[in-house]
Amino acid sequence: MAFGPFLLLALMEGLVTAAVLALAASGLSLVFGVMRVVNVAHGEFYMLGAVLAWAVTGFIPGLPALAFVAALLIAPLLVAALAALADGLILKRLAYDPEATIVATIGLLYMIQQAALSLYGPNANPVRAPFEWRIQLPWFGYSGYKLFVVIAALAVLLALWLVMTRTKAGLVMRATQVDRTTARAFGINVDRVYMGTFALGAGLAALAGVLVVPIQQAHYLMGGDPLLLSFIVVIIGGLGSLRGTLIAALIIGLSDGVISMFFTPTLAKILATLLVAMVLVFRPQGLFGARA
Amino acid sequence: MTGGGVKVWALHLALIAVLFTAQFWLSPYHTTNLSRIMVLAVFAMGYNLAFGYTGLLSLGHALLLAAGMYAAGLPAQLWGWSAGPAFIAGVAGGGLVAAALGLLALRTAGVSFMIVTLMFAQAGYLTLLYFAPVTGGDDGFAVAAASRRFLGFALSADTPRFLAALAIFAAGLFASLALVRSPFGRTLVAMRENEERSRMLGYNPFTVKLAALTISGLYAGAAGAAYALLFGYVGASFATIQYSILPMLYVLLGGAGTTFGPFLGALLMFALIEVASGLTSAYLFFVGAALVALVLFAPKGILGTIRERWVQWLP
Repeated sequence: MAFGPFLLLALMEGLVTAAVLALAASGLSLVFGVMRVVNVAHGEFYMLGAVLAWAVTGFIPGLPALAFVAALLIAPLLVAALAALADGLILKRLAYDPEATIVATIGLLYMIQQAALSLYGPNANPVRAPFEWRIQLPWFGYSGYKLFVVIAALAVLLALWLVMTRTKAGLVMRATQVDRTTARAFGINVDRVYMGTFALGAGLAALAGVLVVPIQQAHYLMGGDPLLLSFIVVIIGGLGSLRGTLIAALIIGLSDGVISMFFTPTLAKILATLLVAMVLVFRPQGLFGARA
Repeated sequence: MTGGGVKVWALHLALIAVLFTAQFWLSPYHTTNLSRIMVLAVFAMGYNLAFGYTGLLSLGHALLLAAGMYAAGLPAQLWGWSAGPAFIAGVAGGGLVAAALGLLALRTAGVSFMIVTLMFAQAGYLTLLYFAPVTGGDDGFAVAAASRRFLGFALSADTPRFLAALAIFAAGLFASLALVRSPFGRTLVAMRENEERSRMLGYNPFTVKLAALTISGLYAGAAGAAYALLFGYVGASFATIQYSILPMLYVLLGGAGTTFGPFLGALLMFALIEVASGLTSAYLFFVGAALVALVLFAPKGILGTIRERWVQWLP
């Protein structure tokens, strides 16, 4: 294959990574923005989405499209419910203290990961894509499902943006983000907003997990990479800024695709992590965020 | 806390004495475990100086442990250094990496500090994987028996290993006791309690915190080097996030800001995992549950609670 098509393939792969990453990272960003909670267990919600998708599709054999739609609805809802429970039982009692919540979500990470290992097992399992359809380009064929992932992620992000900017729920969330004391004074039930936000953030991660599972098999350790990459995206994009998250996801996803195709993935990750650490040290508001 | 000098030193000496006799009444299996616990407790004591006393919640201490481990293990492996020089190299390696980390990471605070240290540690771990031909990657390498000798004793044998671990642990314990009772130790606590006010009193928070983190790195380096030389294994798995979480867990369990806390936490957590892994293979679940329970119900840890309620003079 010539260099041009090779680069095109790398960019397309990068676009898929960016789409999944933007979904997962927007959840992390939302939770940090509204609640000021750094959720270290975010990657495990992503993993749970993928594992639950495998479980749900197992119940409906023979009809991959129907099974996948069911998984797309059920898995994020279950994960969101679990997150709401964790919020009520743990985070709320810690009064959302930033450092205590990090320790608690690390504990949550271990518990979820171990539960997945014990109940689901150490094997990676595939989930069938809802449709088998290939786009034939002049140089190579490309999976139609991967393009569907990009479109679906864009649609969800658009919906999220509309909810945040055009609905009452979004207004309430933004009000809580800006000033939770004043929001409470105006009769907003801040506890419920927090619970909803945490559930929504986890649901977005789970949705990303469901979308990715036909491309990448479900495995109990699959949450580590998205967690790290989501952190990177959210930090570079500016903590709590949805637009920055999207741009950063594009940058990280595309460059990850290109760098991992031409260099080793480990080197790509080293460079990305160092870049993030440096951004945090020298430009803590992120590359696109406004100074708080 | 500065009162009761004789009582405090006697209490610490008593702990070391009890630990010394442990080799006579513990089975060889448990003696080896105790050696391991003491080495990990040194790591946790270093973490405690940064987190418990100075208030620096780092998620990157695995980097410092691995720095000590490789700074001791690589010269031993490549150039056949013996245990003495290799250990010193390990301690220095931990301190140097900690100082470099501090110069960058201490420009941030709070949540950013946690994430920055986490990121640097992750970059360090990936770098170890990237240079797998030298570092052995996740598989690691075994330290040659020839390098595991100190003053003619083979550190791979049970008794010399236990005594070496005890000596390092005792040195670390007394150094940290002296440190926290010194004026500098009071400055560390002042940083934790109110950084702005200490700045107003004329202290430079950056230098004080950098010094604390560097000392913490010396401890982590000593623990890493001791692990490499006493247990003969060096590997990148010690640079993973788990090894940044463990000292935090030990310190939180035993009591942050207490001199005995790290050892007590390491001992209890080790025992808990030992018992739990006898019952089920899902021991990580207990680690997670312990973290959540601690932060929810006993944020001061065991000794922190005891000090608050009953024994105020406990250091």
